Formats: sequence, C-alpha cells, structure tokens
Amino acid sequence: MKIKATALALLLLASPASFAKDNFKICWSIYVGWMPWHYGEAEGIVNKWADKYDIEIDVVQINDYVESINQYTAGAFDGCTMTNMDALTIPAAGGVDSTALIVGDFSNGNDGVVLKNGASLADIKGQQVNLVELSVSHYLLARGLSTVGLSEKDIKVVNTSDADLVAAFTTPDVTAVTTWNPLLSEITTMPNAAKVFDSSQIPGEIIDLLVVNTETLKANPAFGKALVGAWYEIMGVMSADGEAGEKARYAMGMASGTNLKGYEAQLASTKMFYTPASAVEFTTSAQLKDTMKYVAEFSFEHGLLGDGAADATFIGIETPAGVYGDASNIQFRFDPSYMQMAAEGKIKL
Amino acid sequence: MRIVNRHPSSPMRWILGLLPFILLLLVYMAASEARLAENANDKLLPGITKMADAIQRLAFEPSKRTGEYLFWQDTASSLTRLAMGVGISALIGLIIGLGNGAVPLMRAKLSPLVVAISLIPPMAILPVLFIIFGLGELSKVVLIVIGIAPFIIRDMQARTLDIPSEQLIKAQTLSANSWQLIQRVLLPQLLPRLLDAVRLSLGSAWLFLIAAEAIAATDGLGYRIFLVRRYMSMDVILPYVFWITLLAFLIDWGLRLISKKAFPWYHSQQSQGGQS
Repeated sequence: MKIKATALALLLLASPASFAKDNFKICWSIYVGWMPWHYGEAEGIVNKWADKYDIEIDVVQINDYVESINQYTAGAFDGCTMTNMDALTIPAAGGVDSTALIVGDFSNGNDGVVLKNGASLADIKGQQVNLVELSVSHYLLARGLSTVGLSEKDIKVVNTSDADLVAAFTTPDVTAVTTWNPLLSEITTMPNAAKVFDSSQIPGEIIDLLVVNTETLKANPAFGKALVGAWYEIMGVMSADGEAGEKARYAMGMASGTNLKGYEAQLASTKMFYTPASAVEFTTSAQLKDTMKYVAEFSFEHGLLGDGAADATFIGIETPAGVYGDASNIQFRFDPSYMQMAAEGKIKL
Repeated sequence: MRIVNRHPSSPMRWILGLLPFILLLLVYMAASEARLAENANDKLLPGITKMADAIQRLAFEPSKRTGEYLFWQDTASSLTRLAMGVGISALIGLIIGLGNGAVPLMRAKLSPLVVAISLIPPMAILPVLFIIFGLGELSKVVLIVIGIAPFIIRDMQARTLDIPSEQLIKAQTLSANSWQLIQRVLLPQLLPRLLDAVRLSLGSAWLFLIAAEAIAATDGLGYRIFLVRRYMSMDVILPYVFWITLLAFLIDWGLRLISKKAFPWYHSQQSQGGQS
C-alpha cells in the first residue's frame, strides 16, 4: 500500500521540466492546417532539423483534440497544436504560460453555421442550435449572431459531440448546426442545407497555432528554431506547384481520411501562411490584439477564464501590437521572433 | 489465534473500512498541494477548497446565463432519465422474462431474439438510434433500455426456470390454471429477484446515461462533465464524479432496503445460503 501510494504520488507530481534539456515532445490532432506535422514526421523533415540542433523531437498524433490540449496543459508535452481560443481558455487559464510559436493559418470558411429552414442567419432566431459547446464553433456563432443584432438568448444551444453532428443533421428535430470541416462540407451537401454564416465573414479570428511552453522555449531556443525550420520547409514543399507539392498534399489528405481533392477543397477555405513573412505580417498587425479581445470577452462571458477572473482582462495576452489585459499576469504570448528569423533566412540547415 | 479466525470488532471494522479512503484522500491532497505550489492555477489536481467553491457556485448560486441552479437541475434531469430507463427496462424484463420462462411456446419464439439483441453493443448502433429516435430525451431513455433490458429479460427467464417444477405441478393438482400459476406462484417469487437484477444492472444504466448525455444534451450530470472537460475544469468534474458515486450507492442501498422490507422470506433464504 505504502509503495503504491508513493508511486501514485510521484506520478501525480510529475510536471514539465522547465530547464535545459534535449528531448522534446509535441502533439497534434487531425485538422487541415495541422496535417503538415504528420507529413514532416513521416518524411523525416522534423528529425532532420532536430538533428541539426542536436536535440530530439517526438511528434505524436492524438485522436481527440481536446484531450491533446489537456495533455499539453498537464505537462505531458512541450508543445501542441490548438486554436487561439483554446490556447487562452485551457493552458493559459490553467496557469501554464504558453507561447504561440508558429501562426500556421486562420479559418477562412472552414467553420460555418448551417440552417435547414432559412436563407439568412437572422432566421436562426428561436431555433435550437446543435454544436460543440464552448468550442470555436460556439464563438463563431456568437460573433455571427452579433452581426445580425441577435444574442445567445434568442436561440437555444444544444451541446452535441462533433462525431455525431453529421448523423444528427439528418434527424427531423435538428434544424440548425454550427461546425467545422470536414463535417461542414459533408452537411452542406445535404438537401435543404443552407450555409448562412462562415468564418470568412470574420477573417483572421479563428487562428490555428503551434503553442509551446514559454519556459521551455526560453530555456531551449534550439527547440523553437528546429520546429520553425522544419515547419517552413514543409510549407515550401506543400505549397509548390507541380508533382512534388501534389504528392505532399496527397499524403496529407490521405492521412486525414480524405483524398487529394477533398484536402485541397479544405485548403481553399483555410488561409495558410506558407511563408514566414506572411505569418509575421499577420502576427504583428493591430487586428490580432482586437481579435484576442473578442475571444477573451467571449471566454469570460462563458466562464472559461476560471473563478479568479473578475473580468475579461484577467489574463494578460501579449501581442506584438501590445498587451491585452493584465500585464502582470501574462499567460499567453504571440512571439513572432522565431518566424521573423526564418523570414530573414537566419534559420538554415 | 490463527489470523484467519480473527474477526475485527464492530468499531474496528468501520475504522479499517475507512482507512483506505483516508489514505487516498491524503495522497491526493499532498499531490495537489505540490502541484499548486508550483503553479497556483493548476487545473489537473485542484485543492479541496477550489472544488468546494465550484460546487457552491453551481449548487447554491443561480447561473448567470439562465438563472437556474445548475447542480440540482443536472441531478434532476439525470435521475429522471435514469428512473425512466431503468423502470421501463424492469417492466419489460419482468413481463417478457416471466412469460418466456413460464410459457414454452413463447420462449421458443422470443428467447433466441432476446439473446441476439442482448449481444448487440448499444454504443455501436448509436448513430442508428439517433436517426430513429432523434436527439431528444427519448433517445437517451432508449439507449438505457436497449442497454439493460435484454440482461434483465434473460435473468428473469433463467430465474423463472429455476423455480422447482414440483411447485408448478402441485399448484396444477390444486386446479390452478396457467394465469393463476403465473400470478400466484411465479410472480411473487420473481419480484425480489427482479430487484436483484435491477441492482446489478444499475452500473450499466449509469454508463449508458452518461454516454447519452455526453453526445447531445442541454443538462444532466454527464453533460456537465463533458462540457467542462473542454476547458479541463477538474474542480467541477471530481465533485460530480463523487456525487454520481454517492447517488448510485444510495439507489442501490434503497433498493436493497425495499427488498428486505417487502420480501423478508427471500432474504432469510439467502442468509441460510451464506449470502448477504
């Protein structure tokens, strides 16, 4: 009993080491903008860059998106792929100081609101809306409603697992859903389905990132350089015209359960930052700070910032255009410096 | 005295029974404190006061958004669904199980079907259930019924067949007809066994209830757990799990009490056989 209890205590105590080390683990889950990590791992690109900086990087796929973020927050990984909203509400709100190392893309139509009976978003009034509650879908819906003068009080949100949304849409009592790709494109092909609002109407607000532990990054700049180097090499391959690019996109499409055509259709509604310069330009723009203000306000209104939060500014968010919120409690940082190095050609093999 | 013959005294039994729980609690508190010392906002192992705050907020303060007391609302919704699912299953189980056991002609027709249905994993046909029954309350109750009714039917059928045929023959020599046999000989003997079967299937019933609420819901204990899981609120999840365990224990204990009060003969038989 005593040995078991001690072992259990040690297991529970395990937390991320914040000092210099040479073994790192990052996690990712299936999504159009994160498939490059799979490709980089499978083709040995990540390993090549890790070797260059004399470190090791494990790239681990996790099937459940929320679980992958929880694992990162609990300290099992040094970095993980997630959206800007989840980075704020899960690790940052949990006191794990996190840095958006790579700003990979933003959703430009990948998330949308679909109605069965209705031609415009205003028709949603009074309906039940099935969606994954407290996810970016929920955020998109709230932003959409505000554009037509409605609020969440005018509808009823039903929490529905993303795995069951497509089947749910075929049942008569489901009349409105909000979801993301590839489910979204599956649902919009059904009869009577009308997409009335999507993320291209709030461009740049749902951002897909590679988030890493700030302390780990500070103590190990090589970790950041290797990841950024590998990422932009993959970006170069996948954005290339001709056979090489097509082969890479085909591999990413197959790994995400679709094919080349399906994957390219998803890419069309994703604004990828293929070059480090474009990512830096987006990250340093003033709009990012406004976006994070909307996200923080939505998160606070839904209780996602924790009990200690007196208002939306409880957690400080650092962007190149300035800090939003409490500057003495910065837990979430957008740091373009590594992407800037890549843009200037300072990270080379 | 040999150790196998040493029985703890009554207060000692309580202390020994509580000891593992206290040890677990201490291990948790130590681990939680250590993690919190490193990161005061850690969400993985919240302190006891943090969990108490969360429950205070959910149970005794009206929700900012809807004005409801979420904790009680969740509990009421879940218990309603559970009671409906288990109640319907028990009724189906008793009627079909008893019928199958008592009437060979019915058994020949239905028994293979019941066995086949009981082998379908309910979670595997979930998408089909949604399309047939929708995403509302009905599909949650149906999931529980499909999950546990076949088990209760099969148990009732077996228990009916267990009843010594001498009893049935004797009743028939006293000119009982089939209906009287079922009503006066079989049914009274099956009722306490039905309560046993229900108690045993409660664990599965909870499982199916939580699964159904995780998939599509606007309230319920399972709904809340899967909702706050999205932002790793262990301070809500852990008390909810504790509450579910407590409710499950109370329901089980209540059913046992009813059974003991209503069918004392059944329990005196059992204790002769060495069971509790």
